[in-house]
Amino acid sequence: MNISKDLVAASAAPLVLAILSEGESYGYAIIKRVSELSGGELQWTDGMLYPLLHRLERNGHVVAKWGKSEVGRRRKYYRLTDKGLEQLASQRRQWQIVDSALRGIWRSAFIAAPQEI
Amino acid sequence: MAKNRNLEERIEEWRTFIRRRQAVHSVDVEELEDHLRSQVKALNEAGLDDDEAFLVAAKRLGDLDSLSREFAREYSERLWKQLVMSPGTVGSLSNTTREALVVIGLAIAACVAIRLPELFGLHMWGPDENPSFYARNLSLFALPFLAWYFAWKRGLGRVGGLWLALPFIAAALIVNIIPFKREGHTEVLAVLHLPIALWLAVGFAYAGGRWRDHGQRMNFVRFSGEWFIYYTLIALGGGVLIMFTMFIFQAIGFNAEWAVQSWVAPCGIVGAVIISGWLVEAKQSIIENMAPVLSRLFTPLFTILLLVFLVSMIWTGSGIKIEREVLIGFDLLLVLVLGLLLYSISARDRQAPPSMFDALQLLLVICALLVDVLALWAILARISEFGFSPNKVAALGENLILLVNLGWSAVLYARFLTKRASFAPLERWQTAYVPVYAIWAWIVVALFPIIFNYR
Repeated sequence: MNISKDLVAASAAPLVLAILSEGESYGYAIIKRVSELSGGELQWTDGMLYPLLHRLERNGHVVAKWGKSEVGRRRKYYRLTDKGLEQLASQRRQWQIVDSALRGIWRSAFIAAPQEI
Repeated sequence: MAKNRNLEERIEEWRTFIRRRQAVHSVDVEELEDHLRSQVKALNEAGLDDDEAFLVAAKRLGDLDSLSREFAREYSERLWKQLVMSPGTVGSLSNTTREALVVIGLAIAACVAIRLPELFGLHMWGPDENPSFYARNLSLFALPFLAWYFAWKRGLGRVGGLWLALPFIAAALIVNIIPFKREGHTEVLAVLHLPIALWLAVGFAYAGGRWRDHGQRMNFVRFSGEWFIYYTLIALGGGVLIMFTMFIFQAIGFNAEWAVQSWVAPCGIVGAVIISGWLVEAKQSIIENMAPVLSRLFTPLFTILLLVFLVSMIWTGSGIKIEREVLIGFDLLLVLVLGLLLYSISARDRQAPPSMFDALQLLLVICALLVDVLALWAILARISEFGFSPNKVAALGENLILLVNLGWSAVLYARFLTKRASFAPLERWQTAYVPVYAIWAWIVVALFPIIFNYR
């Protein structure tokens, strides 16, 4: 299924923050984790992750440092800051509100979710 | 092995290709390359050969155009350095021609504006000359036209244009209605502060009305530095032109002084304001900016100067002698240090870790603060002895404004150097502070004459 561009864009930052809350990580691993979490449904254009990470860094939500990969290549690792953790909590609340609102209306309007039932 | 080399070649090719995108820096390329290689490796393990793996990995990374656009959105200041004309705009030569015509028209309009009062009996030179009128209005002959140019360039629209006209009209009314006492201090202060007050109005036009935007403000700061350098260069060239004018006409027995004084010099002074603005706007794409280069060059020198000054003050135990000009001198020192700081910040790569130069910069700021506190101490003593005058209050106000800025900058810089914060807050602090200068300049222009009874 194709998830709309806007939805992908809106969910990108909370997803990245949540993944980083599991521990320090780097670009490729984050992408892999996203694909894992969504069962391959959520496909990003991989490159777009980096401007996003840099924005999060500028806003102080994550910090980056250069390290080494397992084969000795230079690799940039990102880590969540306290500010990023707060941001994640706030994002989470926002998504929960959206989610519960949608659930409510779907239940009462008897719109069948395709396939899943 | 041959296969492997093939992959390396392809990655190399991809790297040079992406490096050509101005918005993507080499460190970002390195990060993307790590991603690409990880992806290729994973696909290799899944059974694809190098060629296929590379193609798939590169495709999933995204097409370079939209990728670099995304980077550009995040790093708009990178484009300032090396703005390339996108293919769409190269062909439209008529656009640049039209812009040149508009600029020349505005420069001529400024020349007409400065010569026009002559018709109404306000002479620039001669027995009944009126130098104070020209001094008070000097910035009003040039800056409205520069603002006009940017309003036109940025497509500010009618509403924005009206807002923009407001400060200029207000300024024209203020400086011409207020009954200044002849050669009083408040008049001199208004003459000195009006250009600063109106320069920020130009900034409004420069930002295309989006003056709240942090990035736009930083761009205006960059513009101001470059503009100043261009103006100085044009002024030097103008000086040479005037010298030759005088010289060659003298050789055939004419005295060209009259023409130089009433036409060449005044028209040059106001016209160059607009021409410099246009040149910075047009050339920003072509050459490396000068202001950051100069600030890099002079930061160490000024640090040494201030350190030596502080040490010799302590060594000899001599205090600062308080003369009339001392306070203004120290104000200028702070302005200079602020300029060095500002233009280092404006060209700095936000992502770069703290370096030696940053430490030096902090040292410079701290030295300047120490020197200034010493001077301020001496001056406050003098004020409490002799009372307030407009000059002293203006200089003191400026000193405090700069002191607050540099003091907080030093704190932010120290936090950055000790890795407790990123570089962004320092940048933001500087751009957030810009309106303070404008407000103070307007206070000096508009309220000081009234407060100090037009002295």
